Amino acid sequence: MKFIYLSWWKYLAVAIIMYTLLAGFLLGVPRLFILHETIRNTYFHVPMWIAMFTVFTISVIFSIKYLGSGNEKHDLLAVECANVGVFFFVLGLITGMIWADYAWGEYWSNDPKQNSAAIAFLLYCAYLVLRNAIDEEQKRAKISAIYNIFAFPIMIVLIMVLPRMTDSLHPGNGGNPAFGKLDMDNRMRMVLYPAFIGWSLFAAWIATLRYRVRLVEYNRNSIN
Amino acid sequence: MQLYKQTLSLLKKEILLEWRSKYAFNGVLLYVVSTVFICYISFNLNGGFTGSTGYPVMWNVLFWIIMLFASVNAIAKSFMQESKNRLLYYYSIASPQAVILSKTIYNVLLMSLLSILAILIYALFFKNTVGDPLIYFAAVIMGSISFSTVFTMISAIASKAGNNGTLMAILSFPVIIPVILILIRFSKNAMDGLDRSLNYGHIGVLFAINAIVIAASLILFPYLWRD
Repeated sequence: MKFIYLSWWKYLAVAIIMYTLLAGFLLGVPRLFILHETIRNTYFHVPMWIAMFTVFTISVIFSIKYLGSGNEKHDLLAVECANVGVFFFVLGLITGMIWADYAWGEYWSNDPKQNSAAIAFLLYCAYLVLRNAIDEEQKRAKISAIYNIFAFPIMIVLIMVLPRMTDSLHPGNGGNPAFGKLDMDNRMRMVLYPAFIGWSLFAAWIATLRYRVRLVEYNRNSIN
Repeated sequence: MQLYKQTLSLLKKEILLEWRSKYAFNGVLLYVVSTVFICYISFNLNGGFTGSTGYPVMWNVLFWIIMLFASVNAIAKSFMQESKNRLLYYYSIASPQAVILSKTIYNVLLMSLLSILAILIYALFFKNTVGDPLIYFAAVIMGSISFSTVFTMISAIASKAGNNGTLMAILSFPVIIPVILILIRFSKNAMDGLDRSLNYGHIGVLFAINAIVIAASLILFPYLWRD
C-alpha cells in the first residue's frame, strides 16, 4: 500500500503519455489500404483496454486480499479500481467505435469482440449495482468481493477467448492475422508498448486518487 | 472422504425433500409448459410460420431462451427456501464445500431431468428440424449442467444480498451469456447435422467454463456463508 503514496511512477506515467502523444502523431506509420492514418488510433484504442485490464486485475487482487484480511481499505481500493476500469472501458469503446466508423463503415457492426465487450460491461455494471443493493458495509464488501472474483475470469473468457473462436473484424481473431504480424512495424511498437505502460500507470493513478478521497470520507464517518 | 460423505448425505436430503413436496419440479415444469404454449400460440397467430426461412434458427434460439428463464427461476429458489436457522444447522454439521457441492449436484440432476422433459414438450408443439438428435440432446444436457453450476453460485450470492429476483437476473445474465452463445452455436451445428468433430471445441470450452465456475464456487463459498 506504500506504493500508492510514492510519486515517481506518476511522473513516469505523465512522461510516457506525453512521449506517446508526440511520437504517436509525428513518427511515421506504415501506409495500409483502408486504414491509412487512422492506424494511429492503435496508440489510443488498445492502451485503453490494457489500462482497463490493469485496474480490473488490481481490483481482483484487492478483493482477494479483502477476503483474507477483512481490511476495509482493501475493499475501497477494489471498488475504486472497478470504477476506473469501467471508465476506461467506456473510453476504449468510444475510441473503437469512432475508428470502426472510418474503417468498417459503421459504429457498431455486430462484431463478436464488440458484443463481448458490451457483455463484459454489463458484468461490471452488475457488480456496481450489487454494491448498491446491500446496506451493511462489511456484508457489502464481502459479497461484492466474491462477485468480483467470480466475474473476472468470465470477463477474460468473454474478451480474450470467445471472439477468437469466431469470425471477427478485429485483428488476431477468427483466423485473421494478429496485428503484430502483418500491419505493424517496429516504429509502431516503439510507441505502442510504452503507451500500454503509460496508460496503465495513469489509470492506476486515477484509481488511487479516488481511493484516497474515499479513505478520507471513510475515516471521517468512522467513530474513534 | 469426509467431504464426499457429507455431500452425499446432503444430496440425499435435497432429493428426499424434493420428492416429498415436488414443488420445484412441478413448478418449473408448469412454467416451461406454459411458456412453450404461449410461444406456440403467439408465433402461430399468423399462418405460414413453420415453413418460413428463419424457422430453424428461431426454433433453436427460442428453446434456449425458454430454458434460460426456466433455469433462473428454478435455481433462484435453491438458497431462498432455506431458512437462516436451517442453514446455520447445516454449517454446524457439514463443511461449506459440501453444502455448495450438494446444491450444485442436486441442481444439475433437477435441470437435466427438466430440460429433457422440456425438449420433448417443445418438440411436440414446434415441429422440429433437428438433423443430429443425439448431439442436440448432448447439447441440452451440457446446457443444463452449465446453467446449474453458474446459477447455483449466483443464487447463493443473490440470497445473501437481500433475496430479490431482479438481483438474481442482473448478476447471472452477463455471466451466462458466453455459455448460451456457445450452446446456441453448438446446438445449431447439431440441427444442421454438421460433422460432429466441429463441436469438440465448443464442448471443450463449456467444460473449461464449468471447471472454472465449480472451482471458484468451492473456493469462494466458504467466505460467502459466514455472516
